[in-house]
Amino acid sequence: MSSESLIEQSQNIDLLRFATAGSVDDGKSTLIGRLLYDSKSIFEDQLNTIKTFSRTHRNQEIDYSLVTDGLKSEREQGITIDVAYRFFSTPKRRFIIADTPGHEQYTRNMATGASNASLALILIDARNGVVTQTKRHSFISSLLGIRNFVIAVNKMDLVDYSQEVFENIVNEFNAFADKLADESVYYIPISALEGDNVIERSENMPWYKGSTLLDYLENVNVSGGRNMNDLRFPVQYVNWGGGDDFRGYCGTIASGVVHKGDKIRVLPSGKTSKVSRIVTYDGDLDYAFAPMAVTLCLEDDIDISRGDMIAKADDIPAIAGSFEANIVWMDNTPMEIGKDYLIKHTTSVVKGNFEEVIHEFDPDDISMKSSQSLGLNSIGKAKVELKSPVFADLYSENRATGSFIVIDPHTNQTAAAGMVTKYKQVSPDKGCKSVKVRVISYPADKKEEAMAKYDRLSMHGTHCIYVDDDLLKETLRKGKSVDSDEYSEMIENLCKIVTRSGVSVVVCSDNFKS
Amino acid sequence: MKTTEESYHLSNLKTLEAESIGIIREVAAEFENPVMLYSVGKDSSVMTHLAIKAFYPKKVPFPLLHIDTGYKFPEMYEFRDEYTKKNGLDLRVLRNEEALKRGVNPLSVGTVKCCADLKTKALLDSLKEGGYDAAFGGARRDEEKSRAKERIYSFRDKHGQWNPKNQKPELWNLFNSKIDQGESIRVFPLSNWTELDIWTYIYHENIDIVPLYFAKERPVIEKNGQLIPVYTDEYEDEVKDVMCRFRTLGCHYCTGAVRSEADTLEKIIEEMMVARHSERITRVIDHDQDSSMEQKKREGYF
Ligand SMILES: Nc1nc2c(ncn2[C@@H]2O[C@H](COP(=O)(O)OP(=O)(O)O)[C@@H](O)[C@H]2O)c(=O)[nH]1
Ligand SMILES: [Mg+2]
Repeated sequence: MSSESLIEQSQNIDLLRFATAGSVDDGKSTLIGRLLYDSKSIFEDQLNTIKTFSRTHRNQEIDYSLVTDGLKSEREQGITIDVAYRFFSTPKRRFIIADTPGHEQYTRNMATGASNASLALILIDARNGVVTQTKRHSFISSLLGIRNFVIAVNKMDLVDYSQEVFENIVNEFNAFADKLADESVYYIPISALEGDNVIERSENMPWYKGSTLLDYLENVNVSGGRNMNDLRFPVQYVNWGGGDDFRGYCGTIASGVVHKGDKIRVLPSGKTSKVSRIVTYDGDLDYAFAPMAVTLCLEDDIDISRGDMIAKADDIPAIAGSFEANIVWMDNTPMEIGKDYLIKHTTSVVKGNFEEVIHEFDPDDISMKSSQSLGLNSIGKAKVELKSPVFADLYSENRATGSFIVIDPHTNQTAAAGMVTKYKQVSPDKGCKSVKVRVISYPADKKEEAMAKYDRLSMHGTHCIYVDDDLLKETLRKGKSVDSDEYSEMIENLCKIVTRSGVSVVVCSDNFKS
Repeated sequence: MKTTEESYHLSNLKTLEAESIGIIREVAAEFENPVMLYSVGKDSSVMTHLAIKAFYPKKVPFPLLHIDTGYKFPEMYEFRDEYTKKNGLDLRVLRNEEALKRGVNPLSVGTVKCCADLKTKALLDSLKEGGYDAAFGGARRDEEKSRAKERIYSFRDKHGQWNPKNQKPELWNLFNSKIDQGESIRVFPLSNWTELDIWTYIYHENIDIVPLYFAKERPVIEKNGQLIPVYTDEYEDEVKDVMCRFRTLGCHYCTGAVRSEADTLEKIIEEMMVARHSERITRVIDHDQDSSMEQKKREGYF
């Protein structure tokens, strides 16, 4: 093959980012070391340093965990403290691995590694089975939106490669996984130390008929993550000045697709315009999509600054004044109810405070218990009140606009990570003057569509009511006709009253004129 | 290539590019006085290229800072001046003049002390002097074991020091830019690039790099298995001409060449694909002790 096509090929294979997880000493680092070693992804000089250290300090030929435990204290203590990123590729796929620590104390570093992963590789020591940290890490991974799990039951060499042990653990984890969101879970019995089922199929476990770990990682179809439907373009940097009249809005497309000529709406002003150019150094584009970093120019000169959001004119995020969110608390100082924190959400930083903890989760069985506050490494659902609104979606629908971090303004610590599960729109005139209160009408035979529209609007936090002929016949028009001019006028007046209070109306009737 | 059907697939390099541009813009937006460390090497070429792309059609809104030890290859100085001028970049050069006057060099004081004076001290002093609250560096996680542990926004205390045992969590692409007076952030927009990505990107984007990266016959001496180029008359060893190139560029005293026939980008990439040693093997300074990079980073080095 020519070098040119080799280069092309190396760029066109896709990327899988995965994170290890599980309790301390279950063999995460050893497994990653083994995977890199067996796939010949470790440079010889690095390997020599590792071998020398293994012989002098560990009394063994090679301690694979040294491949990722790169800090001095980690090597001295034989533990992983912070996440290590390693890169490797096979002809089928490129991988970015985040090898994370197992200690409860370092849970925030595990969350750091998992937040950008699309697959969690969870290790379980075959001798110990499913323990609390296994569950905590699985739960955090699931909250973060990871839907692909590989459960590697490790140290099978220490349990005589017993199928029974493996199957008991499978059952045990399955029972727990039922309480998480919808995951795909794949189980592999391995020995990281001996290399069984890592790259080579194990001769010690002929009863196992599934894939080896590498084989699975190379071929698994990872789902989720990318929302290609709703355009969300958080304005990151306004590019202007320098004597010419160029003015562009720089940012990374958080979700969806934008085309030249698209009608867009800018939040919080609510003003609309059209995309006149999609500028990049390599030339203007006709369209761009997530996660590209581009510069948008608009037809109209409107006041836009960092932190504003550009969306399609008829598909905007919620203008959220408060939300409920799943919170992973990561600071030594516990959450203080009512205290002002900084909330960084997309490109905006606003003040906000916790109103209450709705419940705390017990990672052992995902049960909910009441709690006054969240402390280090605890996970719960809380109500967040914002001083100025942010433009948000639910985390389950849109990771980029549904996530936020909490910063303690006194210590500058990143105190928590949050995932929006529910929001409250601020009243339209407070947050966004020009997102008009609307009357949306449907013909009488489109009842299903009208109701779906109503559901969608209310789910997105828009205050609205739904009316149709049947409903009115049962109530306001009891016993009277529903196809007179008087009736039309009545609906019109109803809409007037309701919209004046900032509430939209979905009407499904043939007698509604305007 | 243009297709009539819309495709929403982004190649690996374009994904990395977008991530880096996003990071560079975020820093420009959130910090008062950022600066980009420019070391003249291939990673610096890529990083500045990304900065140019990030702010196109305007100029890069922050200066570049070259911490010059005075012992870089002559080819590097020549390239640096041409490259920055051609791209309209605002270059500032700083050196530890006091140490240079004292005659500090790796042969006189050893590599550890030399680096501490000419690199770390010079860097910390000039960051302080310039009042920079954020400094971009071109380090990659795949380079070295302690770098594999680094955040994209890496917090430094008032003394420019790194505490790897207590890094702030960093979730998604939401970076915490809050610091107090005197503290700073080192930012690594190339964190997720591998050496091979860097070369393929240079190839695709036609990025200028110092000619020392291409193989050529060069006068070298052989020392501890390293091919050290000869730019000084201080060596007593036998000088020979060897077909070689450099995988990384530092000071001529401490940068080894590798035997290579790769005199084009294609050949370099091919060589990369089968490379069995890391690029840092040619850095004499990294072998001083097992944790020498981590130690230097803790003290304030990039
Ligand atoms: N017998 C056996 N020991 C293992 C296996 N995998 C890991 N270990 C040992 O378990 C200990 C902890 O491993 P490590 O990779 O540091 O665990 P981590 O904390 O999950 O990263 C080390 O002493 C390893 O050598 C295995 O498959 N079999
Ligand atoms: Mg570990």
